Amino acid sequence: MEFISGIVFSILSVIAFYIFAKKLLTIKRNIHLGRPIELNDQPIARWKNVFLLALGQKKMFRNIPVALLHLILYVGFIIINTELLEIIIDGIFGTHRFFKPFLGSLYPILINSFEVLALLVFVACLLFLSRRNITRVKRLISNDLTGWPKTDANLILAIEIVLMGLFLLMNAADPTANFIISSWIKPSLSTLDAHQLHTIEQTAWWMHILGIYAFMNYLPYSKHLHIVLAFPNAYYASLEPKGKMHNMVAVQNEVLYAMQPELAPTNAAPPEKFGAKDVMDLSWKNLMDAYSCTECGRCSAACPANSTGKLLSPRKIMMDTRDRLEIVGKNIDANGQFVDDGKSLLNDHITIEELRACTTCNACVEECPVSISPMDIIIELRRSLIMEDSNAPSEWNGMFSNIENNFAPWKFAPDDRDAWTKQS
Amino acid sequence: MKVSTMAEMMAAGTKPEVLFWVGCAGSFDQRAQKITKAFATILDKAGVVYAILGKEEACTGDPARRAGNEFIFQMMAYQNIQVMNAYEIKKIVTTCPHCFNTLKNEYPALGGNYDVIHHTQFLQELIEHGKIKISDSNEWKGKTITYHDSCYLGRANDIYEAPRKVLESLDVELKEMRRCKSKGLCCGAGGAQMFKEEEKGTSRVNMERADEAIETKADFVASACPFCNTMMTDGIKNRDEEVKTEVLDIAEIIAKAIQ
Repeated sequence: MEFISGIVFSILSVIAFYIFAKKLLTIKRNIHLGRPIELNDQPIARWKNVFLLALGQKKMFRNIPVALLHLILYVGFIIINTELLEIIIDGIFGTHRFFKPFLGSLYPILINSFEVLALLVFVACLLFLSRRNITRVKRLISNDLTGWPKTDANLILAIEIVLMGLFLLMNAADPTANFIISSWIKPSLSTLDAHQLHTIEQTAWWMHILGIYAFMNYLPYSKHLHIVLAFPNAYYASLEPKGKMHNMVAVQNEVLYAMQPELAPTNAAPPEKFGAKDVMDLSWKNLMDAYSCTECGRCSAACPANSTGKLLSPRKIMMDTRDRLEIVGKNIDANGQFVDDGKSLLNDHITIEELRACTTCNACVEECPVSISPMDIIIELRRSLIMEDSNAPSEWNGMFSNIENNFAPWKFAPDDRDAWTKQS
Repeated sequence: MKVSTMAEMMAAGTKPEVLFWVGCAGSFDQRAQKITKAFATILDKAGVVYAILGKEEACTGDPARRAGNEFIFQMMAYQNIQVMNAYEIKKIVTTCPHCFNTLKNEYPALGGNYDVIHHTQFLQELIEHGKIKISDSNEWKGKTITYHDSCYLGRANDIYEAPRKVLESLDVELKEMRRCKSKGLCCGAGGAQMFKEEEKGTSRVNMERADEAIETKADFVASACPFCNTMMTDGIKNRDEEVKTEVLDIAEIIAKAIQ
């Protein structure tokens, strides 16, 4: 019997990891639909970001109480999942608490600490659920999250609560075990006989591990994917001052050749597309940003446009980018290559009114705990609007022509530029 | 006041220690011209040999670039870099954080490599090196001042301390707004918003920020950017008809405080 269950478990494990890996590869392919950019310089500074921002969660600590609750989930996730190793070994070989004889007196200490963490995770998830549904923190009830994103967030917390419950129940129903938290549950199981207890323990064990496999395969479809992508996203985060915009070499050269025609190559390639109209025109880092976003909304809470009631929400920019990229990815899966569907990120997902409201203040970039730059995407879309579609508000067109003709954004005579020196 | 241009210095065979990049607001906007003159006065008092480009200066291209018009930006950058490289400019100081950011971070990729500093950093140096002396009986003494962080100094370039250090030298009480430093709220002018009407919303960005400034009950609001100055002045005017808290650039504040 144990032999068969070991085989069933092994097959299920292989299937779970296979589906997960396959989906991750699809996401990787989608990310690489973006424009190539080089982000491999300064490895020391990049690793520092991985340690500080991803592992150390530095940005989370801008709000300490929430950071501590999140830290419990994070530490709980990592540490409790080391127990997963034993659970998998037990499953495959039909052993019972495989590590127990090897670890001796260390074993109960370890499991006890897992149990304490599991309880803390349980409580933290309840508090997070109440922040979303009872106290209703503003950034967590915004319109950005209407529909699936709201369900997704609640579902993740609910799954974590159930998984922790199963872990504790499994230990409580094990007559050979007596651990710190699960022993609280033991009295309520005292009327059951050994066979019933064994059934409960086995069921909890199976549901716990299958729940984890299901959760793992849910990740790629969820905002929760940040637990994987926060790390590479921190590594590839921009190391430049936030005020520096990405230079458009093609335009730089156009201007150079217009001013100094002798420098122009005779076989110059036609200029690239200016800015981004769709996800493929963004850089792969922009697209990785989109998959890394966990929709926490710190960006939108800090955004001056969003907090004064404008349509722009940096979080929505990221969610729209991911949604569009998923559509493009499915299009490629179905057709072998991308077949124009007459839609684009600009206009069909993100409107002009949203883009226009950005003050480029970098508050969204500063706040993001997982190193996302929504502003970068906003600017690339603005470039497309202006340079591909000549779509600008009339005041901006006036400003452009003033700069071009009078060398200042206002209509003043260039000769008066130093007039202030003659004033008293 | 007598301000030399680079052309005049070149003709006289001399070179300035530093180029004062005035910027479009500082050159043309009536309110910002006062900031420009205040800073020039300080430079004179400190005995700094400086020059301006005068009629040869042109918009850095910042608002065009951020609006999405890379062509205009590249044209202006080309022109400015040609002029500055011809004069062999090494060091630039500017009273505008937008010009500062563009000159410092974006011109190097286009062949314009200069040591660029913002006027609040320059003022901090002048004070630390004793080039200017703050009067013990300066008119700000004992007053409370709140400093509004410019996004293009703060988050864009991580300059939070220099403006505060300069203000602290005045023996004033610095009162921070609810959101300050890296959490500072924008005035609403950046990203070429200065040059167009705001999108429809429930409030205006500058009014939201003005509320935070008024909340501190400070006697003055200190700014370090001509655009922030305009937005904050307008915002406070709209919110606070009685008190009329004045918005002053750090250069103006220092110009009145030195011996």
